[in-house]
Amino acid sequence: MAKLTFKTDFCKGCGLCVDACPKKLLRLANEKINKKGHHPAEITDQSACVGCASCALMCPDCVIQVER
Amino acid sequence: MAVVFQKPKALADIPMHYCPGCTHGIIHRLVAEVIDELGIEGKTIGIAPVGCSVMAYNYFTCDMIEAAHGRAPAIATGVKRSDPENHIVFTYQGDGDLASIGMAETVHAAARNENITVIFVNNAIYGMTGGQMAPTSLPGQITQTSPYGRDPKLCGYPIRVCEMLSQLEGPEYLERVTVNSVANIRKAKKAIKKAFQNQIDGKGFSLVEVVSSCPTNWGMTPQAALKWIDDNMIPYYPLGVYKDRTAEQEAAK
Amino acid sequence: MAEKVLMKGNEAIAEAAILAGCRHYFGYPITPQTEIAAYMAKKMPKIGGTFLQAESEIAAINMVYGVSSTGKRVMTSSSSPGISLKSEGLSYLAGADLPALVVNVQRGGPGLGGIQPSQSDYFQATRGAGHGDFRMIVLAPASVQEMAELTVKGFELADEYRMTSLILADGTMGQMMEPVSLDITVKPQPEKPWAVTGTKCARFHNSINSLSLVPEELEKFNSDRYERYAKVEANEAMAEEYMVDDAEVVIAAFGIAARVSKNAVNEARKQGIKAGLIRPITLWPFPKEVFADAAKHAKAFISVELSMGQMIEDVRLSTRCRVPVTLCNRAGGMIPSPEQVLAAIKQANGGEA
Repeated sequence: MAKLTFKTDFCKGCGLCVDACPKKLLRLANEKINKKGHHPAEITDQSACVGCASCALMCPDCVIQVER
Repeated sequence: MAVVFQKPKALADIPMHYCPGCTHGIIHRLVAEVIDELGIEGKTIGIAPVGCSVMAYNYFTCDMIEAAHGRAPAIATGVKRSDPENHIVFTYQGDGDLASIGMAETVHAAARNENITVIFVNNAIYGMTGGQMAPTSLPGQITQTSPYGRDPKLCGYPIRVCEMLSQLEGPEYLERVTVNSVANIRKAKKAIKKAFQNQIDGKGFSLVEVVSSCPTNWGMTPQAALKWIDDNMIPYYPLGVYKDRTAEQEAAK
Repeated sequence: MAEKVLMKGNEAIAEAAILAGCRHYFGYPITPQTEIAAYMAKKMPKIGGTFLQAESEIAAINMVYGVSSTGKRVMTSSSSPGISLKSEGLSYLAGADLPALVVNVQRGGPGLGGIQPSQSDYFQATRGAGHGDFRMIVLAPASVQEMAELTVKGFELADEYRMTSLILADGTMGQMMEPVSLDITVKPQPEKPWAVTGTKCARFHNSINSLSLVPEELEKFNSDRYERYAKVEANEAMAEEYMVDDAEVVIAAFGIAARVSKNAVNEARKQGIKAGLIRPITLWPFPKEVFADAAKHAKAFISVELSMGQMIEDVRLSTRCRVPVTLCNRAGGMIPSPEQVLAAIKQANGGEA
């Protein structure tokens, strides 16, 4: 049981978190645009997340908070 | 549920100006995490360089100084010596800043074993000015000022800073790390923490070289840039500990 | 009367700096000012201070920048070629509004020049110490006693106005030995809430910085700084006037040139010529009023300099070119003789040279 919280407006859509997720649960939301004009990262299946925080470790902009 | 990962307190809650996928953000966070974990924010004074991380003085919540290009180690020397007991001093410098215009300041701070922590971000290019050749640009690397690829016959070879400084008697600790994977980020943080702990313990000059990426000026995606580190940077700049006086002394016992 | 000790000018600067509370000195050896470094190297370790021989003048001025950022009194000293190297740091100190004391014991230039006394860094000190709009307080001692007193004053002014004070001396002043009284009153140091001393997690972080990418903001920083400079100009200009009240020929000279000129004025008076001397003690701010007043009754000014003629421009500006200003000079490490100055006085007075 884990929960990811995204500070969406800080996301620059670099996608490093997407690649870092061992379970491939993240994606860049192509249909959304944040304040900075990027497609922000989001989690596709929260229930499958184990809270390993790999995504948060890779994120250069401290977008992701992880609870477990 | 408990929070297992969040923005460190020593990193300001404001967006950073770095390009998407730039690893400066990761390195900033690691420094801030270490400051938090060691409980030294209130006595830490950071020195920002000239280059992409020039505005680091906005991103750390400790007291900060913005240096002239390359002069951070000299300024750090002054700050540290003004109150050695109560100041924890770090510089955060890029390759142009530390290994080109500021090489003299770097080498002499190391030779003096100045009790400071140096975070050296090596991404083999001048990012802020738009992608010119750096002292650490690889042979053959195409940049704005080496448009046909860096030709060692014309402009010499890139400088391996850790290897060079390791020949000095002075410095306490020199390690090269990278941040291109989760595992490497964990190792990088350990090195940065050690570099700060050494200062707290009065051991002297500790430098962590972080092999980093520049997706924008390398002209690739952030993902491809991280792979380029593995394929091109690490073979020229091998990771590892280049000097650890305390460990060497203990091994000799 | 306070006890006097016999000291070299360079040593008087060092001792006065310690008296003023300076406990940090950074420098690089260069003739003819190295006695300051040598004195500090001996003294500082004994009083819990820092003496550090830097790897270069550039490093030294940046070490000064570091200590000044933490709010403590700090200094460096050098001679002409070394000051050129420091010019980057001088500009950054100005841009970050940091106080510092810098000493230039001048030698002849340009380039490597020589090691004999000179005043040819006047332009550099008062106009072009580095890039950008900024000023330094420039103090010109003419005795070993003044070397000491102006050092203390330099620290005080630097702190008060958050800018660099420069002692502009020359090789003669540095090497000369005279009796000095070190019974000099030092004002308490002001609070420096802007300094970086660690937040103690009790306040928002301070930043020492000269970068400002928003032109409107950068313009305001410059304007605010120049408002401070205006106060310095209004309050801090200093000059010694010697027989100026009725003078028809007025000499402008500072430092060693003023000492030579004083002899020439005395001789001229003996010969019936109404000569006088204005000796600027601050070169910036330049004592314009004193010159403007003297221009009301003088018929000629002579700028006596150890250079090809630099201060003469300020003399002309201050007197608004109402009367002729001529140059009496030597350069390259040479010093004008009293006879040379006397001849210039006679010529300016309308007689034979």
